[in-house]
Amino acid sequence: MPVRSAALSGEAALSAAMQAAQVGDAAAYRALLRDCLPVISAMARAKGVQGAALDDVVQDTLLTLHRARATYDPARPFLPWLRAITQRRAIDALRRKGRRPQEVHEPLGYEARADDGPGPGDDLERRERAAILAAAVAHLPEGQREAIEHIALRELSLDETSTLTRRTKGALKVNFHRGLKALRVSLSSRKEDTDV
Amino acid sequence: MSDPVTQDPVTQDPASRDLSIHDLVEDLARSLTPVRRLPGPGRRTLVWSGAVLTVGLLLVPMSDVSGLRARLGVPDLHWAALGAILTAIAAALAAFQSSVPGRSAAWSWLPLPPLVLWLGASGLGCLRGWLAPAANLAEPEEMRGCFVFLMGVSLPLSVLLVLMLRRACPLRPNLTAALGGLAAAAAAAALLVPFHPHDATATDLLVHLVAVLIVVGLNSLFGGRLLDRNAGPRGRPVTGSIRKAND
Repeated sequence: MPVRSAALSGEAALSAAMQAAQVGDAAAYRALLRDCLPVISAMARAKGVQGAALDDVVQDTLLTLHRARATYDPARPFLPWLRAITQRRAIDALRRKGRRPQEVHEPLGYEARADDGPGPGDDLERRERAAILAAAVAHLPEGQREAIEHIALRELSLDETSTLTRRTKGALKVNFHRGLKALRVSLSSRKEDTDV
Repeated sequence: MSDPVTQDPVTQDPASRDLSIHDLVEDLARSLTPVRRLPGPGRRTLVWSGAVLTVGLLLVPMSDVSGLRARLGVPDLHWAALGAILTAIAAALAAFQSSVPGRSAAWSWLPLPPLVLWLGASGLGCLRGWLAPAANLAEPEEMRGCFVFLMGVSLPLSVLLVLMLRRACPLRPNLTAALGGLAAAAAAAALLVPFHPHDATATDLLVHLVAVLIVVGLNSLFGGRLLDRNAGPRGRPVTGSIRKAND
């Protein structure tokens, strides 16, 4: 797979650059650190670090990476080593943020801050999504529709559904899986249409 | 010009923030010096265990070898000694593993089974007070001697271990230091076996446990701070971090 081989070669290149850095190759080290910047940001963001704290984490991680460079073992991949450092520094940053008092002394900054809560259109969007799902379910053949409605939407057990619909459990399972597959196809094709 | 590392990123606009990170990259690259790759945790455990063994050999002339042979004939005593030795090795290996970024956190559980063996076998010895009332039980003065021995031997072993761990980069310094403390305390307890003039009792076990807990506690308190060299006073990178990072 081309993506995988690209990732592998990236990993190999990072590992080779780190080995070069261990013997004092400043140019390779500079290139390595620059390559690492977006990776560190992405890893920290995945841990939940946001905004200005992200830069702190990137800086902390670079400093730790610098100090820990003797611990890198070239026989092992580079990215898990970097991830361990980044995640620890991200956790440190999140803890610091948790300890810091949350009072705000900047009225303008407080007023201009974006709300973390749901946006004004969220409810409409949710309703629209529910309507799309209901329409897609309604278009399913009778057996599949019953299975999806009872098992997935009303969260009934197979036994309960079986007595309600007077169908065997095997038939219900088959209908349920076929229904899910059909829904996946119809909803994803719809998404592609709207994306275009 | 102010130091880019210490500037508060909140007050900077994105362009200058990028600039400061790129400045940091430039500083780190410029201050790069060649480093000797650190040997693996296994080899470093062997080095430390060698140091413990050396201490043990130095203490041999002072030990009660004939009494030791008799005591090791008692099953629970030799299981307890074996447990202490294995705990020391396993905890040291776990500490070295935890000091290298990217190693599995599961290594921290490695000392648990030998620790159970050590404490379990020592606990069994406590029953001897009821089973064999004529057994040679410890006097309070001897207890004090044991405690002083445990603390006195644990301290240099802990210092050595913390110095070795400092060469790596413990991301969880308190955990690493606590594991180091356990290794040192267990090694001290193993070295105590040839000097122990009596069988295990409940108070004896208690003295050992207290000593182990004190050593582990002191290690995580002071060792953790010693190992956490990357953080400034408020956990933020401080001026001269790069120079410190190079140490």
